[in-house]
Amino acid sequence: MNASIIDASAIEELQEAIRTRTCIQPYGAGSKTALAVADGQCTRISAAGLSGVVEYVPSEYTFTALAGTPAAEIERMLIENRQYLPFDPPLAREGATLGGTVAAGLNGPGRYRYGGLRDSLLGVQFIDGRGSLVRSGSRVVKNAAGFDLPKFMVGSLGGYGFLVELTFKVMPMPAAYTTLRARYPDIETGHAALVRLTRQPFEIYALELSVQEGLVELLVRLGGATGTLAARKERVGAVLGGARPEVLAGEQESALWADLRDFHWLPVGHNLVKIPLTPKRVLPLEAELAAINAPRVYSAGANLAWVALPGEIDGSDAIAAILVKLGLGGLVVLGEAGKRRIGARNGETFAQRVKQALDPDGKFVEF
Amino acid sequence: MDYAAFQSELHRIYPPDRLLTKDAQLAPYESDALTSFRSRPKAVVIAADQQDVIETVRLCHRSGVPFVARGSGTSLSGGSLPVESGIVVAMNRLNHILLIDPDERIAAVEAGTVNLDISRAAAPYGLYYAPDPSSQPVCTIGGNLAFNAGGAHCLKYGMTSNHVLGIKAVLPDGEVVQLGGDSLEAVGPDLVGLFVGSEGLFGIALEVTVRLLPKPEAFKTVLAAYHSLEHAGQTVAEIVGGGLLPGAIEIMDNLAIQAAEAAVAAGYPQDAEALLIVEMDGEAATVEADFERVMAIIQASQAYQVRTARDDADRMLIWKGRKSAFSAVGRLSPDYIVQDGVVPRGRLAEALAEIQQLGEEYDTRVANVFHAGDGNLHPLILFDGRQEGALERAEQLAGRILEMCVRFGGSITGEHGIGVEKRKYLPLMYGEADLDVMQAIHTQIDLQGISNRGKMFPGS
Repeated sequence: MNASIIDASAIEELQEAIRTRTCIQPYGAGSKTALAVADGQCTRISAAGLSGVVEYVPSEYTFTALAGTPAAEIERMLIENRQYLPFDPPLAREGATLGGTVAAGLNGPGRYRYGGLRDSLLGVQFIDGRGSLVRSGSRVVKNAAGFDLPKFMVGSLGGYGFLVELTFKVMPMPAAYTTLRARYPDIETGHAALVRLTRQPFEIYALELSVQEGLVELLVRLGGATGTLAARKERVGAVLGGARPEVLAGEQESALWADLRDFHWLPVGHNLVKIPLTPKRVLPLEAELAAINAPRVYSAGANLAWVALPGEIDGSDAIAAILVKLGLGGLVVLGEAGKRRIGARNGETFAQRVKQALDPDGKFVEF
Repeated sequence: MDYAAFQSELHRIYPPDRLLTKDAQLAPYESDALTSFRSRPKAVVIAADQQDVIETVRLCHRSGVPFVARGSGTSLSGGSLPVESGIVVAMNRLNHILLIDPDERIAAVEAGTVNLDISRAAAPYGLYYAPDPSSQPVCTIGGNLAFNAGGAHCLKYGMTSNHVLGIKAVLPDGEVVQLGGDSLEAVGPDLVGLFVGSEGLFGIALEVTVRLLPKPEAFKTVLAAYHSLEHAGQTVAEIVGGGLLPGAIEIMDNLAIQAAEAAVAAGYPQDAEALLIVEMDGEAATVEADFERVMAIIQASQAYQVRTARDDADRMLIWKGRKSAFSAVGRLSPDYIVQDGVVPRGRLAEALAEIQQLGEEYDTRVANVFHAGDGNLHPLILFDGRQEGALERAEQLAGRILEMCVRFGGSITGEHGIGVEKRKYLPLMYGEADLDVMQAIHTQIDLQGISNRGKMFPGS
């Protein structure tokens, strides 16, 4: 069968498509370009037709929406009630859908404050490999009934089912933000400042360490009641060390974070790789990357590295060897990459058992 | 392999003092904190290290003998209820804290480690482990993980699953797997997320890596007394609706207040129909500003008495009353069942009124203690097990409450898990296809169904 795209808008239609095809690749808006590359043999099924809010009760701080709903649309809805998606969905301005964000398992800088997708996703409805429509989780903020398939679906890359509907909890948006930008002569001092900061009881909304063209910058975003920000900023500044940090506020501040979230720093022709890590793995990774001109941002208090690889280096191969050496895994998110999941993995046999249960005929393409 | 052969194999792994088979030795393991269910296992083995657990699971797998892992036996849903034809694996000696890394803000501990011991070990670094079930001075992290334990502070900080980063576990067929790692981020399906809360059906966790948080630098705690539950509930709605995110919001009703007061003399006003506890925590400046807003809401509410914790000792006293409420209710009644349903926060008052009505209908006293901030109810249904039909009546009432929670769009359990207690109610929440998928996953991971048999699924 040739590759084709089905744009289903009715659930029964989707179930039927899944039952009758042998190879399926769920597809959202294609904003994660590397993940959206078609597998030639497969039927791509688009979730674009499954769009819209099913339920939103602002006072409950939860909403339910169809998986193909653009994240930006949800953000516009929430802001009316001064609420927001705490996982800060990346590429929202590029059309990222809720389902695609969950499947790719991608969080933006804001995840530092209240956690990522896994901490916000309360319920899912999906179609499994046999075409069954399955619900898991709930619509309330607290639930311990049954296996937690909503969490399992975060990062599942469309390999276990077709997401139909998602329920999230949301957070109150702080009255105001302010950001400190501190420059460091080298990565070691910048990294040390980051670690010092994470040990403090400061309520930081985002904490990113950017390494680009020899420039090392730490970005610290604070949020809260307007009256508290001045004093809190001073305290954070005192921990940052080095030269007095630059203070950003207003539109300039929000634009900075919006651009970071959508990877506007990514140079043209580069692939983008997501690498989960921890603060102590930053310097070893830096040593390995020294030979490659790869702009990078350590996100979420250095729990994650976004690395831009020049297109002429085969993204997957060059970095995969480094990752294996350091015991790290990675995901090529943007670019024309071949391999998408690279580097070290664990729990594969466990994941395979779940695959057998959800998709016994192996219809959903796995990366 | 017959049981005799199995037992002689057990003797190869365990010395006599760690292999309990006599009735008097087994009796303490017959039930957990859900005391109305009892079941005597064939043996209890006291594992000394991870290898003991792995070998035991492999032996059980070869022999088809069911096993139940048990930490401190504090489950309120019968999560560690033994199986008569099987054994109990006591995990308490696997209590080594393997790593506290303050720069990474993680701890790696063995599964039998007591919850509060993690925070104690992290305290010198200004860090702590956030999930705080009421049983935290005794409950183990392995049990917390299996049942995704919550606590008073999960409104702001989340449940156990929001704090577990990595798990080393032995699956029911003896395979040892490492899931997750030590980062907050991951690539690939969230296997840790699936394992947490699987109620022991996926095997036994051996080692757990958890995240640590910097201790909040400031706390502000207020106690407000109301003449009606409804007014307390309205105040909660206003606080949450106002965009405030307290560390905890708790409500206790009159029966619970009296019990707690008799037990620990926390200074609660005993004539109150409802007591609201609100705690703000975090960075000093933020707590200060947000607490002012909370106080403004409370002062404008129907509260007839308001008490702010003077100092840390006073704050601990307020919490002592709340955290001892379950055991204190034992003073009011020889037996009780704790329910754990969740309703949307906006329907709290409605839910409480219905619970009261149901209590009258069944001529049964119900005390209420609940995590109001996240709509997690804890009705304590009081009964005297010596009276004929009392337990059955209490269980019927409990079932009606769970039905109500689902009808309101909530859940039958917020943090205690299904266990044995709520098995028959799982189909209230999930349809056939939903349950089929869960069963299919269970079968793939434990074909023989030997790991914590009889939990979660109806008729299991």
